[in-house]
Amino acid sequence: MIVNLDKCLHCGGCVGSCPTNAIFLNDFVLEFSSKCNRCGRCVKICPVHALTMEGKQ
Amino acid sequence: MKTYNCDVVVVGAGPGGSMAAKFCAKGGLNTIMIEKKAEIGAPLRCAEGVSKKWLEEVGIEPDPTWICADMVGAVIRSPSGYEFKLDESHAGSEVGYVLERHLFDKALARDAVAAGAKIMMRTSCTDVIKEGGKLVGVKCRSMGEEIVIRAKAIVAADGYESQVGRWAGIETKLEMNDIDSCIQYRMVNADIDPEYCEFNIGAKIAPGGYLWIFPKGNGVANVGIGVMAKFCKDSEPKKYLDKFIETDPRFKNSQAVEVAAGMVSTCPGLDCAVDDNIILVGDAARIIDPITGGGICHACRTGMYAGLVLTECAKKGDFSKEALMPYEKMWRDRMEDKLYRNWMAKERLAELDDETIDELVKLISGSDIKEVNVYNLLKVVKEKFPKVVEGFEDLI
Ligand SMILES: Cc1cc2nc3c(=O)[nH]c(=O)nc-3n(C[C@H](O)[C@H](O)[C@H](O)COP(=O)(O)OP(=O)(O)OC[C@H]3O[C@@H](n4cnc5c(N)ncnc54)[C@H](O)[C@@H]3O)c2cc1C
Ligand code: SF4
Ligand code: SF4
Repeated sequence: MIVNLDKCLHCGGCVGSCPTNAIFLNDFVLEFSSKCNRCGRCVKICPVHALTMEGKQ
Repeated sequence: MKTYNCDVVVVGAGPGGSMAAKFCAKGGLNTIMIEKKAEIGAPLRCAEGVSKKWLEEVGIEPDPTWICADMVGAVIRSPSGYEFKLDESHAGSEVGYVLERHLFDKALARDAVAAGAKIMMRTSCTDVIKEGGKLVGVKCRSMGEEIVIRAKAIVAADGYESQVGRWAGIETKLEMNDIDSCIQYRMVNADIDPEYCEFNIGAKIAPGGYLWIFPKGNGVANVGIGVMAKFCKDSEPKKYLDKFIETDPRFKNSQAVEVAAGMVSTCPGLDCAVDDNIILVGDAARIIDPITGGGICHACRTGMYAGLVLTECAKKGDFSKEALMPYEKMWRDRMEDKLYRNWMAKERLAELDDETIDELVKLISGSDIKEVNVYNLLKVVKEKFPKVVEGFEDLI
């Protein structure tokens, strides 16, 4: 997952919405674990579109 | 590895965590509350609107330090601009104060400390610890150091992120129609009514959610939006909010001085918010009003209930799921019907087209509602548009 740090507001929304609990927010930094199944939900619902998936547009 | 021992570890120092810590400490339990951020109550992820009634219920004395503005009423605006305005004479329960959340949250944390709780800042819980299948504490990163906090019970008060419960085995996953993705600007120099909270509804304004204007005095307001996640794909919340602010003349000479984001769950709460040695409170338990997104009062109530129940459990030395079940009963007795009713109402409202919403707002503005709350509004809807409330009319 690519995080656009200029956009991300570290709100934790993607963390709480991830169905596999694959994201961790350490105050200002998002960490993605191997549990991610590339469902794309976090990319879709981020209020400022700060996430993009590697290998996808 | 440095190890701390306590009776109860509370993860998260939001309103839910602080209330739980306060009532645990009051009950004589050795309580540690951890908070991953560098400041309690900041950065802001909230519109800061609360009603007044529940404060007494949870023993919080209104304090001018954290009350930013006093509301006399509310306005609901439909897509075509029909307004339903409630004045002072029937102001009521979904409005009340606009808070200074960073001060409110710190005041609750102070109360927890005064009761005897310890706080560890910049301490993130990264996992739970199980021994022989039993929860015995949490793993943390504290100021860059790996530590362990062992406890007889864990209060998961980690807010919307709700990870502690999941690590412990409680499923807190949400459906796409039960998530609202939000963004908010703190606007200054806005030409707005300082005493009314405004709710703008409709598919062309805020699909599946609403757009709020909560005044903070002096031309300052929290102007934000929640959009149902299933309608999001490319920063929809921001696009809709920007469009609204650009076209509304009240914001012509106004600018944003703060940007905040966040998400709220809009489901009726978890199927079960306890398990052996763990209780989930507030947003972590998905206990939040599915229509208004108001969760501060729910977090405070559930935090208090958790503290009271854990105090009782400590007397018997039993923190099993069964022993914790009184918590489940307390929050359900107090809130479940309303949460379920508002969840159903939210589902229906999200399906309505803007013409119907215009009709609805026209209709309620012609009715004689004494107090503005979701229940009273739904009663009018039930009379005139029974189809909208089909399936849950018994709860109205
Ligand atoms: C945009 C927006 C607007 C809102 N507007 C309103 C409103 O007007 N009125 C209202 O009543 N409610 C509103 N809400 C909801 C309200 O903010 C929440 O319901 C309320 O804050 C819930 O309190 P809580 O204690 O459960 O969680 P939170 O207040 O979210 O506190 C959780 C705390 O846990 C910490 N934490 C999380 N994970 C960890 C971890 N792993 N380790 C350590 N600490 C951790 C977080 O940093 C945070 O401080 C709004 C929400 C949003 C997103
Ligand atoms: S939802 Fe978006 S803004 Fe919020 S933390 Fe995730 S990436 Fe950042
Ligand atoms: S793509 Fe899906 S599984 Fe992966 S981090 Fe995002 S929400 Fe979680």
